[in-house]
Amino acid sequence: MLDDLKMIKDRLVQMSRLMVGIPDYDAYVAHRLVNHPDQPVMSYEEFFRNRQDARYGVGTGTIRCC
Amino acid sequence: MSDSVKRLGWAAVALLGAIALGIVALKRGESINALWLVMAAVCCYMLAYRYYGLFIANKVLGADPSRPTPAVRRNDGLDYVPTNKYVLFGHHFAAIAGAGPLVGPVLAAQMGYLPGTLWIIGGVVFAGAVQDSMVLFCSMRRDGRSLGDMIRSEMGPVAGSIASLGILLIMIIILAILALVVVKALAGSPWGTFTVFATIPIAILMGIYSRFIRPGRIAEMSVIGFILLMSALVYGRNVAEDPTLAALFTFKGEQLALIIIGYGFVASVLPVWLLLAPRDYLSTFLKIGAIVALAIGIAIVMPPLKMPAITQFIDGTGPVFKGSWAPFLFITIACGSVSGFHALISSGTTPKMIENERQVAFIGYGGMLMESFVAAMAMVAASVIEPGVYFAMNSPGAVIGADVAQAAAKISSWGFLITPEMLIETAKDVGETTILSRVGGAPTLAVGMAHIFSNVIGGKAMMGFWYHFAILFEALFILTAVDAGTRACRFMVQDMIGAVYAPFRATRNWTNNLIATGISVAMWGYILYAGVIDPFGGINSLWPLFGISNQMLAGMALVMVTVILFKMKRSQWAWVSGAPAAFLLVCTTWAGLLKIFSSDPAIGFFALANKYSAAMAENKLLAPAKTADQMAQVVHNNMLDGVLACLFVLVVVSMVVYGVASILKARRIDKPTAIEVSGPVAAE
Repeated sequence: MLDDLKMIKDRLVQMSRLMVGIPDYDAYVAHRLVNHPDQPVMSYEEFFRNRQDARYGVGTGTIRCC
Repeated sequence: MSDSVKRLGWAAVALLGAIALGIVALKRGESINALWLVMAAVCCYMLAYRYYGLFIANKVLGADPSRPTPAVRRNDGLDYVPTNKYVLFGHHFAAIAGAGPLVGPVLAAQMGYLPGTLWIIGGVVFAGAVQDSMVLFCSMRRDGRSLGDMIRSEMGPVAGSIASLGILLIMIIILAILALVVVKALAGSPWGTFTVFATIPIAILMGIYSRFIRPGRIAEMSVIGFILLMSALVYGRNVAEDPTLAALFTFKGEQLALIIIGYGFVASVLPVWLLLAPRDYLSTFLKIGAIVALAIGIAIVMPPLKMPAITQFIDGTGPVFKGSWAPFLFITIACGSVSGFHALISSGTTPKMIENERQVAFIGYGGMLMESFVAAMAMVAASVIEPGVYFAMNSPGAVIGADVAQAAAKISSWGFLITPEMLIETAKDVGETTILSRVGGAPTLAVGMAHIFSNVIGGKAMMGFWYHFAILFEALFILTAVDAGTRACRFMVQDMIGAVYAPFRATRNWTNNLIATGISVAMWGYILYAGVIDPFGGINSLWPLFGISNQMLAGMALVMVTVILFKMKRSQWAWVSGAPAAFLLVCTTWAGLLKIFSSDPAIGFFALANKYSAAMAENKLLAPAKTADQMAQVVHNNMLDGVLACLFVLVVVSMVVYGVASILKARRIDKPTAIEVSGPVAAE
């Protein structure tokens, strides 16, 4: 029960962040450590800036609906 | 749960849906409760998802749960990330939800709530959600490529270029009309104007906070922003009641248009973290919050619908927009049933994050059903207010005049009884000086929302607060769409000019930035300004153009999907996308041709232009124009709108030609020719 509630809360937080274009930082770190253990990992602040620039950069990312 | 229990459950949903739909459609003479409308919609959505959405994903498209999605194959933790389907649903819905589904149903309510509701439900089930999920699937099979890219690779470079031009035109029209909705909502409203202006310093503060003080702390900065925003909203009443301050924030439409044009330019040129991003965060959370609150509000208040099911304006003589229900109803309610814009979102970031191909139904089809639900709620909000108030707010000044007594008499003569006192009282309740001719949909929706919310919290005393809260929430996300859209337009302009002059593509170059942004702003700003000074009010000529362009884009996307089905050798299912494509293309071309060729000046752009230029030649003035300049403005605007309508029809026709040619070509080859990507990706 408590685990379920925690999972729901985590997902709601992830959802709110992804709604404004910031994916899950923990998943990013986990991915880098597994797949590119020899390369540097961005800090959360760098990650945030990177994603913010990407959201409003070239491509369809900036399009909001009518 | 056993199968028979499940089946029983679905039978119950079907029965409940049938009863609710029957009550909505057949009850005449006495008002019904809004909950019946909501229940009819929800039951239809559930059945449609279970029996059509899943069928499209699993049977028609052949979604393969064992096939790795781009998120899995290209996982980089940034753009391509396998994401939980509920989390991704939220992301996708936040990206597709906008002002369109809120405004369209409000305008369509002049025909009564029934025609609009039927199209909102039927359109989403058989066209809108079909488009969203199928485009999402196609893009997912191509590593998340954009709609323009996919049309280019599947239908050839010429079709691709025409589509790109069409997309740019649509962006321009959408930005202009959305900005016009804000101008109409804020003109002469110091409370609303003050609050919306206050969002700029608040956003800049949030931007600095999340860049330097506490980098990346979205929740903290959003809470701070929200509190400041609500303080501005509360303080707005004092501004409106203080004569000196009120004068500072009372603007005419023309001034507001110029301010928004200037603002759009600055906001899209500045670094995104300073203004655009924080505003986007605020508006996204406020939007989702307001939508959820509206749903809860309707469930608690259970308001009766005061608008009749069908009004006499079904014949096309209504004051809000001209033209009979076919085809103009399908053009007016665009986003809540079918929105071509979603084809751009569905081929944007969402396809890069799907964990499993089967989830296309939940995210694409389900996301669009949710959007349609928002449109159904907007229809409720427009129908719970007095019909007389509705018509007072949505009829142009040219029809009802600028005086409450005159307006009340005119509207009562249509059969919607209203007294001048009621009009004055309503304006006072919501803290405005007048509610006459507040066209554009947003103010009407705000009155409807204020009506519902004030019944839950605060009563009449809070109505002004809720009205301006609703205006703020609409204006905030429209303005965010305007900045973000201007930026997107700028990149498109850079890309197009860059095709001829390569150095112009460099996006970090400031000269390129300023020139391309200037071009984008000039294009939508020109149409916006022309709409604002239009003696007819602008909305009733520009909204059909917006609807036509949006439905046309949906038609193009569905043509591409149909071509892809043929190329995948799944042509036995081609009707799933082919039928709605044909319907939309017929509707848009029909409406477009009526707008171009109709000899009725109330409908045809050129007919109206000719009527006014003929009168000018004889030195006569025709209402609502009061000066020779305004006469010339009517002629100019209608010529411009007519030319745009011609362009849209040409784009539609050429897409059909290229679509048919691609289908014939695919049929001559006896193996699949769709260009998909699969298999492992080279390590990066």
